[in-house]
Amino acid sequence: MTATLSMPEIPDAPVPGVHGSRRRGASFDGALVRRALLDSVSKLRPRHMARNPVMFVVEVGSVLTTFYFFRALPSGTFQDNLFTGLVSVWLWFTVLFANFAEAVAEGRGKAQADTLRRTRAETVAYVQRGDAVVEVPSSQLQLDDRCVVVAGQLIPGDGEIVEGIATVDESAITGESAPVIRESGGDRTSVTGGTRVLSDRIVVRITSRPGETFLDRMIGLVEGASRQKTPNEIALDILLAGLTLIFLLSVVTLQPFAIYSGAQQSIVVLVALLVCLIPTTIGALLSAIGIAGMDRLVQRNVLAMSGRAVEAAGDCSTLLLDKTGTITFGNRRATVFVPMPGVETSDLASAVLLSSLADDTPEGRSIVDLAEHEYGLGAPDVPGAELVPFTAQTRMSGLDVAGRSIRKGAADSVRRWVEAQGGTAPAELSRVVEAIASGGGTPLVVADGPRVLGVVHLKDVVKPGIAEKFDQMRTMGIRTVMITGDNPVTAAAIAAEAGVDDFLAEATPEDKLELIRKEQAGGRLVAMTGDGTNDAPALAQADVGVAMNSGTQAAKEAGNMVDLDSNPTKLIDIVEIGKQLLITRGSLTTFSISNDVAKYFAIIPAMFVGVFPALQRLNIMHLHSPHTAILSAVIFNALIIVALIPLALRGVRFRAAGAAEVLRRNLLIYGAGGFVIPFLGIKAIDLVITALGVR
Amino acid sequence: MAQNVIDIVVLVGLLAVSTPLLGTYMARVFTNKRAPGDRVFLPVERLAYRVCGVDPESEQRWTVYALSLLAFSLVAVVVLYALQRLQGHLPVNPDHLAAVPPALSFNTAVSFLTNTNWQNYAGEDTMTQLTQMAGLVTEMFASAAVGIAVAVALIRGLTRARATTLGNFWVDLTRILTRVLVPLSVVLAVIFIAQGAVENLHATTMVTTLTGLHQGIPGGPAASQEAIKQLGTNGGGYYGANAAHPFENPTGLTNLVSNWALLAIPFALTWTFGVMAGNRRQGYAVLGAMAALFVTALVIVAPLEAAGNAHFAQAHVTQATTAASPGGNMEGKEVRFGPVLSAAFGSSSTSTSTGSVDSAHDSYTPLAGGVLLFNMMLGEVSPGGDGSGLYGMLVFALLAVFVAGLMVGRTPEYLGKKVQAAEMKLVVLYLLLVPLVALTFSAISVVMHTSLASLGNPGPHGLTEVAYAFVSASNNNGSAFAGLSANTDWYNTTLGICMLVGRFALMVPVLAIAGSLGRKQRVPVSPGTFPTGTPLFSVLLIGIAVIVVGLTYFPVLALGPIVEHLAGKF
Repeated sequence: MTATLSMPEIPDAPVPGVHGSRRRGASFDGALVRRALLDSVSKLRPRHMARNPVMFVVEVGSVLTTFYFFRALPSGTFQDNLFTGLVSVWLWFTVLFANFAEAVAEGRGKAQADTLRRTRAETVAYVQRGDAVVEVPSSQLQLDDRCVVVAGQLIPGDGEIVEGIATVDESAITGESAPVIRESGGDRTSVTGGTRVLSDRIVVRITSRPGETFLDRMIGLVEGASRQKTPNEIALDILLAGLTLIFLLSVVTLQPFAIYSGAQQSIVVLVALLVCLIPTTIGALLSAIGIAGMDRLVQRNVLAMSGRAVEAAGDCSTLLLDKTGTITFGNRRATVFVPMPGVETSDLASAVLLSSLADDTPEGRSIVDLAEHEYGLGAPDVPGAELVPFTAQTRMSGLDVAGRSIRKGAADSVRRWVEAQGGTAPAELSRVVEAIASGGGTPLVVADGPRVLGVVHLKDVVKPGIAEKFDQMRTMGIRTVMITGDNPVTAAAIAAEAGVDDFLAEATPEDKLELIRKEQAGGRLVAMTGDGTNDAPALAQADVGVAMNSGTQAAKEAGNMVDLDSNPTKLIDIVEIGKQLLITRGSLTTFSISNDVAKYFAIIPAMFVGVFPALQRLNIMHLHSPHTAILSAVIFNALIIVALIPLALRGVRFRAAGAAEVLRRNLLIYGAGGFVIPFLGIKAIDLVITALGVR
Repeated sequence: MAQNVIDIVVLVGLLAVSTPLLGTYMARVFTNKRAPGDRVFLPVERLAYRVCGVDPESEQRWTVYALSLLAFSLVAVVVLYALQRLQGHLPVNPDHLAAVPPALSFNTAVSFLTNTNWQNYAGEDTMTQLTQMAGLVTEMFASAAVGIAVAVALIRGLTRARATTLGNFWVDLTRILTRVLVPLSVVLAVIFIAQGAVENLHATTMVTTLTGLHQGIPGGPAASQEAIKQLGTNGGGYYGANAAHPFENPTGLTNLVSNWALLAIPFALTWTFGVMAGNRRQGYAVLGAMAALFVTALVIVAPLEAAGNAHFAQAHVTQATTAASPGGNMEGKEVRFGPVLSAAFGSSSTSTSTGSVDSAHDSYTPLAGGVLLFNMMLGEVSPGGDGSGLYGMLVFALLAVFVAGLMVGRTPEYLGKKVQAAEMKLVVLYLLLVPLVALTFSAISVVMHTSLASLGNPGPHGLTEVAYAFVSASNNNGSAFAGLSANTDWYNTTLGICMLVGRFALMVPVLAIAGSLGRKQRVPVSPGTFPTGTPLFSVLLIGIAVIVVGLTYFPVLALGPIVEHLAGKF
C-alpha cells in the first residue's frame, strides 16, 4: 500500500508550533476564578483530601491547630493567641491554595465540557427499518441502525457512512469552521454525532451506543471525570507519601528530644514544622500539573484517551512519520522545466502550460502554477482544443490544438509516442530523466508531435522548517523514521532532504507493525499517526497512536489519541507536551525538597533558642522572634503554592535540547533556586509581619 | 604535621591503586570470567559446591536469593548465640571464661551477623578464644561476603535485561570468600604479625608492674581477627580497646594498613559496578560522590581535632605540638597516632560501617563528633560497608534519578532501567526503616527513666551519646561514642533490633529492587537519556543524600553536637 494521507479538506498542514488557538485565552477570567474559589472550599471534604496524602496531613494539622487555638483562647496572652490563630489560618490557606490550584486547572476543562454538552442536544434520527424510515430519538439509537441524514440535519450519533458523500460541518468538535468531506468507502467514512451535514444525503451506520459516543467521551476527558493517576504520578505520590512519613517521624521524635532538652514544644509549633517540611509545594500542585498537561493537548485540539498516553509521549524515542502530509505537502509539485538542447525554455513552458490547462490533478495545477509564477506566462486562450485524457494504457495526457499535438507523460510512453510520430528522442533526454529519477523526483516528458521539448521535474516538496524540527528531535534523543509507499530511491532522496534519521520505503501496514515491534523490542517507545483502517493494528501497537479525526472509526478506536485537526505534524507537538508535563513535575518536586533547608533554619532555632541561646547563631536570617520565624515559614510555605500555580498550569519553559543541558538548566533554576528563594522569602515575610505588629 | 600529611597522601595513593585493580578483579570474579588463581581456587569451590549440594550453574530469582541469604543468616546467628552460651564447656578457653549472659549473647550474635560489631563487652575477659575464632571471626567473613553478594545481585539486576534471575547466592558467597576475603585477609594478617600484633593461644599472663601492681596481659589470635575486622568493614576488635590497643594495632604502619583495608573493598566495588555495567563512567560517578563525601568529612574532622579543645586551653593544658606530644585535642587519643591520624581513622571507620576505633569518639570536639555521627546517618554510603555501601548509594542513585530525572522530560531511568512505582515503594521503604528504628528508640531512651540511667553525660552530649548508639547500630557501623553504659537489657535488646532492621530489612528491599529492575527491558542510551555517568550526577547524588538525611536528622544534630559546639565556644 502507499501510505498516503490525503486530506484535501485541510489546507496545507501548518508547520508545528503554529496551532489553532480557538480554545486559548480562557485561563484566568473572572467566572472561572469564582468557580474555582467555590470548588476549593468544597474540596476540603476529607474523602477528597485523602487522595492526596501530603495535603491531607496539612488539613489534619489545620484542624489540630484550630482546636488548640480555641482551647487556649480564653487563657492565652494576646500575642500567643495571635500566633496560634495566624498559624491556623495560614495552614487552612495552604490547603485551600492547593485545592484552588486543582480547581483552576479543572475549570478550563469544565467550561469546555459545558460548551460541548450544549451541542449534544437531543435530535431525531431517521432510521431505515426495512423499506420504511422511522423517527427515533437519538438517545434510543441501537448499534448498526442505519440513519438517513440530509443537508441541514445533525448527525444523530457516531457512525460510518455506508452510502453517499456529504460535506459536514464539524466545528462543534474541532472548532474548524471549514466544512469537511465525508464519503462512504475509503478512509474518510467516519462521522461524529453532533456534527451537521451541510449538503447532500448520506446513510450512516451507527457504531456507538448513545452515552458512549465520541462527544460523550470527549466531555468526560476534558472535564477530567474519568481522570486516573498516571504511572509517573503514582510513583511520585509514593515518594511524596514516603517523605511525609519520614518527616512525620522526625517531628514526632522531636518532642521527646525537646523534653529531654528541657524545652517541650507546643502542638501548634510541631504541626507548623511538619507542614513546612513535608513536600506541600509539589503535593499541592501535582494534580493541577497533570490536568493542565492534558488541557494543553486539548488546546491544540488533541484528545488523549488517558494521561498515560501523554506521559508515554514524553518517553517516546522513535517517531514514525508518514511522508505525505507530515514531512511533505500532500502532492508532488512541478519545481522546474528542463528543456532539451535547441529548445527555448519559454517554448517548453508554454507547451507544458497548454497541455496542463485541462489537467485538474494536483500535479497539473502545480504545473500551471509554476508556469504562471516562475515563467511569467499568462493563461492562454485556446479555442477548439481537443483534450486527450490520461489513461492507464497510454500513461500520457495532453491536447490537440491548431495542428499541434502536445503530450506529457512517463518517459518511455512519450518516447514511444515520439518514435511513432517519426521523431527520435535526443540522447540528452535519458540523462535528464535519469538524473531526476535518481534524485527522488518524477520526470514528466513533454513532446510536441515528433519533437521532445523537455522534462518537467515533479517532486515532493518538503515542508519548510521541518528539517530544523527533526534536528531538535535528534538533540532530544528522538529518532524520526519516515514511512512511505515510494520506492527506496525516491524515499532516500526525500529522507535526506527532510533530515529524518531513517526511512521505510514501499511500506505495507505489516512492515509498519513489524518496525514498531522491532523498535519496542529494543526498549524504545514508538509514536505514530494514522488514519486508515489498515493502520489500526500499528496504531494499537504503538505506545502513542494518534488517529486523525478524519480517519476511520477503526483507526480512532485503535489509537490512544485523536487529533481533531487531522494534522499529522502535530505528533511532534504532542511529544513536546508530554516532555513538558514530566519536566514540570520533576522541577517542582526538586524545588519543593530543596525549599526545606531554609525552613529548618527558620524553625529549629526558634523552637530551642529559649533553652539554648547559642542556637541564635543558627538563625542566619536574623528573624525577629521565634513566633515571627515560625509564622514566616508557614506563610511562605502557603504563598509559594499560589506563586507557582501559573507555572504549574503553563508548564515550565520547554526548549528542545539534550538531556544533559536540560538537566543542568533545570537543576540550577529549581534546585539551586529552590534552595535560595525561601531564605529571601521568609526573611521578607518576617519583616512584613513584624512591621504589622506580630511579635 | 608533615608526617600526618604524608600518611594521608600514602593512604589516598594506596586507594587510588587498589580501587581499579581490586575492582576489575572482583568484576571478573562475579561474572565467572577467568581470573587469576583459578587453578587454586576452582577445585576448592567445586569441592564446596559438591559438599553443600549446590549446583553452581543454576541461578536464583530474587526471592530465592533472599531466602537463601536469610536461611544462611538464621543458622549463623543461632550457632553464634549457642557458642557464646556454651563457651564455658568448650575447649580453647585458657582463661576459663564462663557463658556469656543471654541478652549480651543475643546482642553480640546479631551484632556480628549484621556486620555491625557493636560490642557491649571487652573481648579479652568475656569471649573465649574459641568463641572469637570460630564464632566471631567466621561471622565477620560471612557477613562481609553476604553484604557484597547483595551488592553484586543489585548490579546484576541493573545490568541484565529481561532476566528473571540474579545469580546464585551460594556461588556468590563461596567465590567472594575464596577469591577476595580469605586471600586478602591472609596477607594482612601476616603484615600485622610482622608488625608485632599478637597471634597466639596463650592464657592471660599475670605480671607485677614496676609500681607493684598486678596486671593481666591477655593473649589471643588478635592479628588474624584484625585483618578481616578491617577488610570486612566489621570493626569488632579482639580486645575491648579495639584498634587503640597496641596488641591489635601496634604501629603507625598497621594503623595505615588498617585504614586502607577498611576502605579498600567499598571503594573498589564502585569500580566493579562500572565494569559490570559496561560503562566505567557509571562507576566513576558513584565513586566520585562517595569520595567527595568521605574527603569532606575528613577535612572537617581532622583540623577540628588538630586545633585542639578550647576548654583545655582555658585550663592551661598545652596543646601545641612538641617532641613528646602530637598536639591538638589529645583527650581519648593514642600518642602513637595523634589527632590527625586518629581523625582520619575515625572518619574512615564511621563512613565505612566498620566501627573499629583507635580513639574515643566521645572525646572529639562536638562538631567533629557530630560529623562522625553524620557519616553514619548518611546510611553508610561514603563509601560504606562491604557491599552495603554500594547498594546504599545505588538506592540514593535511584532516588536522585527519580527526583531529577523527570526534569529531562522522560520517565526516570537508571542504566536504562525505568524507575517506577514498584521501585519507588522499595526505595521509600529503604529510606524510612533506619530512621524509624534509630529515631524512635533514641527518642524513647532520652525520656525513659531506666535508659536515662545509662547516660555518662547530661545535656546535649548525653543526647549525642544515645543518638550515636542507635544510629551506629541501625546503620550497622558498630562504633560506640562511649560514655553510654549500653550493656543493659533495654539497650542490648533495642540495639539488637536496630541492627537486624538496618541489615535485613534493607537487604530484602534491595534484592526486590534488583529483581524488579532485572526483569525490565533496557532503554537504549540516546541524547535524551538522563546522564548518570557525569560529575553533575555525582553532585546530584551528594545533594540528594545530604538533604534527605540532613532533613531527617537535623533536629537531633541541632540539639546534640551543634548546640554543644555553639554553646561551648569551640
